[in-house]
Amino acid sequence: MTSSPTATEAVLESGRTGRAPRRARRRRGRLTGLWFVLPAAAIVVWFTLVPVFYGLGLSFTQYSPLGRTGPRIIGFDNYVRLAGDADFRQAIGVTVRYTVQVLPVLVVLALLLAVLANKPFRGVGLFRSALYLPHIVSLTAVSMVWLWIYSRDGMVNELLDLVGLDPQRWLHEPGSALTAVSAMRVWKALGSNMVLLLAGLQAIPRHLYEAARMDGANAWQQFRYVTLPGLRPMLVYVVTMDIIYLSQSFAELFVLTQGGPLGETTTANYLIYNEAFQHNELGSASAMAFVLFALIIGFSFVSLRALTGRKS
Amino acid sequence: MTAPATSRPAGGPARRLRRPRTVTGRRPGSLAVLVITTLLVLVPFLWMLSLAFTPEEAAFGSARLIPSHPTLDNFERAWSDGALGRAMVNSLIVTLIAVVTNCVLAVAAGYAFALLPFRGSRVLFYTLVSTVAVPVSVTLIPLFLMAKTFPLTGGNDITGVGGTGLLNTLGGVVLPYLIMPMNIFLAKQFFDGFDGDMAEAARIDGASELRIFRQVYLPLAKPLVAVVAIFTFTGVWDDFLWPLVVTTSHDTQTVQLALTRFLGSGNVQYGALMAAAVLVTLPVLAVFLFNQRHFISGLTEGSTKG
Repeated sequence: MTSSPTATEAVLESGRTGRAPRRARRRRGRLTGLWFVLPAAAIVVWFTLVPVFYGLGLSFTQYSPLGRTGPRIIGFDNYVRLAGDADFRQAIGVTVRYTVQVLPVLVVLALLLAVLANKPFRGVGLFRSALYLPHIVSLTAVSMVWLWIYSRDGMVNELLDLVGLDPQRWLHEPGSALTAVSAMRVWKALGSNMVLLLAGLQAIPRHLYEAARMDGANAWQQFRYVTLPGLRPMLVYVVTMDIIYLSQSFAELFVLTQGGPLGETTTANYLIYNEAFQHNELGSASAMAFVLFALIIGFSFVSLRALTGRKS
Repeated sequence: MTAPATSRPAGGPARRLRRPRTVTGRRPGSLAVLVITTLLVLVPFLWMLSLAFTPEEAAFGSARLIPSHPTLDNFERAWSDGALGRAMVNSLIVTLIAVVTNCVLAVAAGYAFALLPFRGSRVLFYTLVSTVAVPVSVTLIPLFLMAKTFPLTGGNDITGVGGTGLLNTLGGVVLPYLIMPMNIFLAKQFFDGFDGDMAEAARIDGASELRIFRQVYLPLAKPLVAVVAIFTFTGVWDDFLWPLVVTTSHDTQTVQLALTRFLGSGNVQYGALMAAAVLVTLPVLAVFLFNQRHFISGLTEGSTKG
């Protein structure tokens, strides 16, 4: 604290580039660190970790809180019943389909836009901000806008009318409802994915491109052999986070379709909400949540392996 | 943050000129794709604004981008019919509490994990951060029951029996937001960029650990605190499922739930709905605009290292 501003800056700069040996950091504060961590850790433990185990316990019970009795332990019955539950299987199917049809479009489009918006030209910041806008508006508000876009007199039908086609009830037809919601979700998540990938692009050292050009690589080869490998860590992050978010979709379906028509847009999260808070079956809803949890972990793991596994 | 190069996407004008053209060079085609996509992305917003200012009876058929008779009626109706004012206050209270607890507790925790490691701190750090992957639906039901049986609130006795606990209270709404584990992760990543030299110097001068944190490192961590604040603000402000589960009355509902009141039964009033959506977006937009640089750079840096 006695050092002059310039000295502080010098220390700060050295801290940014070099890194002191670990042992030097450990020298003091054996337990002081714990006091800094304790409040945050206690809250995470109490409101996230404890609920996980509480929920696991509940998944082995039959519990309808409206009745006078507390949870009744029934072993694996909930899980056994879920295996044959057509609604649950449909909801898992919807969740997987939603995730699988949004993810590739989202990532490829975002990558394309990131490459384009990575160019140095006047006004590029404007494009970046504009494309990021849907991310700032809440999913609920955004869903309201799309509710209108898909409505009978909405924008999509107006456009169809221009080319002489009949209006459709986009959100009420089993064939189109999930696709309509998916299109909205691509639109909503495009900007945040793009910004992340843009950051990944800018972390790729420029001299690699120069070297590739000197070796006579064309634009595609530069993309294939410099951009894609350099972008891999960020791609892995983006895809994993997208899977985690998409597989838990709820708000947009609550607003746009209420899970209909005929359960065609009832995601697992939506079914769990209904089971717990409309039908008051907390035990079986908890079991559903844990099956979903296992699927998300499995799904993320597979994508992680696929994205990081083979090195070129 | 350790990678200054990535934190300034725009660069200075001079640098921009010298920077070599990359990947596909200057092709008009790529600019066209960018322009068209941007327009496609913006169109729904323009219609949202347009509808918000269009009188309800003119909203259909004749709807056009620039309303012929712009009106503020929709905003007035959104504000009164949807009890939006109350919902705004509720959301602000909940959001600000979460912002404060995250900025203080999560940042302090990240600091200690990076610069004051203790026995078992790595294990603890990874345990805390891995909870990011826990789906909402897993903790939703237990948290609901925990809120309901919270002792000595809402008519509950000391064992949490008898009343409704924290259900339908703002205290209940704020519970899961008090710490977002992602913020601890961001904070540790940030403080990993420093070594302990400054702390060491301050210790020799006899400063306490709390004082070193507050007077040496915290002033340097402004960009981090800004990012944590923005993340928390938007995350809590936008959340839907938890408030839906924990509140039932208009007195305690948040803005996202207030929005769904306009869906009503049968006839949706799109004008009022869009006006409400605009109003609900304004605070986040303001937070974003005031912190645009931190927002995008913080977002990207936190994850590049992840």
